[in-house]
Amino acid sequence: MSFSAGVRFLLLAAACFISAKALTAEIPLGERRSGYELMARETRAIQDDDATNPGMLWVLDGEALWNKKAGAADRSCADCHGDARESMKAVAARYPAFDTARGRPVNLEQRINGCRTGRQKAAPLTYESKDLLALSAYVARQSHGLPIRVTIDERTRPFLAAGKETFHRRQGQLNLSCALCHDDNWGKHLAGSVIPQAHPTGYPLYRLEWQGLGSLGRRLRNCLTGMRAQAPELGSDEFVDLELYLMWRAREMKIETPAVRP
Amino acid sequence: MARAVVTLPARAKRGEIVEIKTLAQHPMETGFRRTQTGELIPRDIIRRFTCTYNGVEVYRADLHPAIAANPLIAFTTIATETGTLTFQWVGDNGYTVTEIAPIRVE
Repeated sequence: MSFSAGVRFLLLAAACFISAKALTAEIPLGERRSGYELMARETRAIQDDDATNPGMLWVLDGEALWNKKAGAADRSCADCHGDARESMKAVAARYPAFDTARGRPVNLEQRINGCRTGRQKAAPLTYESKDLLALSAYVARQSHGLPIRVTIDERTRPFLAAGKETFHRRQGQLNLSCALCHDDNWGKHLAGSVIPQAHPTGYPLYRLEWQGLGSLGRRLRNCLTGMRAQAPELGSDEFVDLELYLMWRAREMKIETPAVRP
Repeated sequence: MARAVVTLPARAKRGEIVEIKTLAQHPMETGFRRTQTGELIPRDIIRRFTCTYNGVEVYRADLHPAIAANPLIAFTTIATETGTLTFQWVGDNGYTVTEIAPIRVE
């Protein structure tokens, strides 16, 4: 091996090492950005003003549902929980949370449905239905501006690990992982859109592309379809674990519900 | 449940220009889209928005299929006298929503 070839080999090896290292790097806490900061000024303005944020229409619907009696028990959410502005403060910021009955973490939608079937003796609301989106938007709105704090302890740690594994696992016909875009290439463009860091700070949120409000589950299914992977069902264990990992990854970031995204 | 939200200052000085923001909950289905099985989704849009100030029309807009869902309409008017502003959205399939907001002019 000649001298120059040796140098070239070393440089190549160093380049491989650096890129391999970059592929596994998590975003340092100080460099995390909400998708809000990557949006156009006009889109940020829609979110900033409650008078222009269309997500507020769902929040108002949710408030009406909160006070409406339902099910065989003929009870409303307010009959047990009182004023949501007090009782639901910071609640959404700590979900998914461990549920002892199920022995695993549940997300906010599942918690609401747990209340519906258990306390109100009513039929559970369908995922992505207008009513479930409205109720979860109303509950999450009470955490607006508060930091995300999911509980990571002995009970939730295995599920966090499972979610992290899903985030880093290559899947689908395009052989992509979530991390490949959202950890390694955030800020660059995928077609015309900026790749965000994937922090779920504003769900359920109003996407201009959807022309409506949608849950994090819907967003995850969108991404997986784009990767040409088999998307799990809404509310599946795999999604809730991933949601737990994403919320932990966004720890201490502020809740923006109802956020607006392009 | 058809909902509309109107935001305007509760009080204003006489002659002041006030900004009014309105948001109506509506799918604004264009009538050009098809379902996965190829059937045309019928058009369902808001056709007209009007705002009257003490019975006098101060703003009117015709809406068309290219306008986004949950349309936001923001406009200004001059605060002339204390009274009420009436907002009305009229659309396909008998859609009618009316909102009333008071304004105090000093």
